[in-house]
Amino acid sequence: MNTTFKLATAAAVVLTISACASKPEPVEQVQEQAPVEVAEPAPAPAPVQAEPTAPAGPLAGSLEDFRVNVGERVYFDLNGYRLDVDDQEILKRQAAWLSSYPGVRIIVAGNCDERGTREYNLALGERRASIVKDYLVSLGVDPSRIDTISYGKERPIAAGSDEQAWALNRNGFTQIISGATTS
Amino acid sequence: MTRILTALMLALMIPIGLAMPAAAQLQVRVDEGNFQPTPLAIPDFEVRGTNAEMAEDIADVVRADLESTGLFDIQNPASFIQKDLSIDVQPRFPDWRIIQTEGLVVGAYEELPDGKIAVSFRLWDVYGGEVMRINGQPGRRLTTTPDNWRRIAHKIADSIYNRLTGEDPYFDTRIVYIAETGPKIDRVKRLAIMDADGANQQYLTPGTNTVLTPRFSPSAQEITYMSYEGGRPRVYLFNIETGRQELLGNFPGMTFAPRFSRDGESVLMTQAQGGNSEIYLMNLQTRQSRRLTDHPAIDTSPSMSPDGRAIVFTSDRGGSPQLYIMNTDGSPRTCPSGGRDVACRITFNKGQYSTPVWSPRGDLVAFTKQLGGRFYIGVIGTDGKGERLLTESYLDEGPDWSPNGRVIVYFRESRPGAGPQLWSVDLSGRNERRMMTQTDASDPAWSPLLQ
Repeated sequence: MNTTFKLATAAAVVLTISACASKPEPVEQVQEQAPVEVAEPAPAPAPVQAEPTAPAGPLAGSLEDFRVNVGERVYFDLNGYRLDVDDQEILKRQAAWLSSYPGVRIIVAGNCDERGTREYNLALGERRASIVKDYLVSLGVDPSRIDTISYGKERPIAAGSDEQAWALNRNGFTQIISGATTS
Repeated sequence: MTRILTALMLALMIPIGLAMPAAAQLQVRVDEGNFQPTPLAIPDFEVRGTNAEMAEDIADVVRADLESTGLFDIQNPASFIQKDLSIDVQPRFPDWRIIQTEGLVVGAYEELPDGKIAVSFRLWDVYGGEVMRINGQPGRRLTTTPDNWRRIAHKIADSIYNRLTGEDPYFDTRIVYIAETGPKIDRVKRLAIMDADGANQQYLTPGTNTVLTPRFSPSAQEITYMSYEGGRPRVYLFNIETGRQELLGNFPGMTFAPRFSRDGESVLMTQAQGGNSEIYLMNLQTRQSRRLTDHPAIDTSPSMSPDGRAIVFTSDRGGSPQLYIMNTDGSPRTCPSGGRDVACRITFNKGQYSTPVWSPRGDLVAFTKQLGGRFYIGVIGTDGKGERLLTESYLDEGPDWSPNGRVIVYFRESRPGAGPQLWSVDLSGRNERRMMTQTDASDPAWSPLLQ
């Protein structure tokens, strides 16, 4: 804030000097006016925004709530497309959350690691996305609320080229399209 | 001095004379086991005009094209004895035999009154002591506008290559590929095109949507590829001349893995929905599609035989990705493994096989193979016999054939984390070399010979 103030003042001075090089008198007047205009509205909103949101945690029904408290990805084995117990737990939480927020629409993306060829991985990603969708539907989520897409190996979330990165990149990613609580 | 040279020449000529009867003209064999590149001299062209630099550039491109095959040893001009070559005069063969040239290209560059340029050339068989006729003519003359000078050079190289090897030409062609930029987790992918020698690189799409797997139509005027335009992966047609893009088909779910039929009248593609991928053939005129496969497993990456009667594709119906062949009309085939079936598996060795591409000659299928954490480009007979691996690295993927079926282009990530680059390899497995691109590059496809 101080910096902005000084820069604004300096800028005002420079502008005035260059604009009115032949008439030095008005410099001081402008210098007094400029800081008042710039500095006054700026400090007000900053503390208001920062204080209430930070300690409260994600707002119920928000994107952040879904990401943090439910879990948005399930992870697949190498070349696999079956859901293990951990995956099923996450999807049960997703289904429960979706039933609490019936206005939410989602898209499930199927992702693969880089150790496969592009076209086969597009098909495998589609299969993974469909498996996730089918499971959510079996838990009572209306299929019309769920879209699917395959990114094959085109959307890695881990940039590495090792077992750990590949394991993270083989996932089904449930993303909220619309209907989440925003404020 | 003259006597010594003559003696030397005779000494040199005798063994060669034995190996090559006087009646047989110079012939470069592309499949020889114990391979020696053939010495070829391509001196600078005679200049009949003012732009000597263009004449030089044209000769350079001819040399680079022929050198890139790995079949020719393009000789160093510093070793040339005869400096007064003219296209109208027979060369002094002894001068060329001394430096062991087998083929000599003599060219002339002219500027025509209408602003066009013309390049004439003759190909001489140095040991046979005669001109090598091309299409029955003792030489060729090509005319074009100056901005097309590279294509003249490629056509000259194509003529020479075809005359010496008997193989169909492939230099006057283009490569379409995906240009990749940005970090791995936020990659920008654009459709890009270049001449087969890497010149004239240009981008065809802006990179706002991820695009993948472009393939040429047989006319080289259109490209079919997959784009995430509108947030949904679907197959499109792109006209190179007009830049116009058009969605192909109105399928539910996603469409991908497109490839033209050999006659250019249809596009093969995969449609996936509800966890199942099937192969379709869409007629471009009627826009009617027909489903070719019918199996709950993944069926994708179709490629049609040159006669249009069959397709080769990837399927994991046997538990892992393998290559299968089926008749385009769905009738049963006699399988290499015995028995009759609608789809016959042709890969039975260890490993996973995908991205099959039927060769233009019809006898081979190029593929990507994964085994033990390595990726290979290989070829296999359509009867499932004679598998040969041509390349190996951390990731070698996505082969496509040169239009003459002699060279395979593919992309490679040489080590973990390295960006993809384009490479080519001769069908013999020799002459692996990088194709230079301005950015990282993947999914190359080779055009037919340009018209």
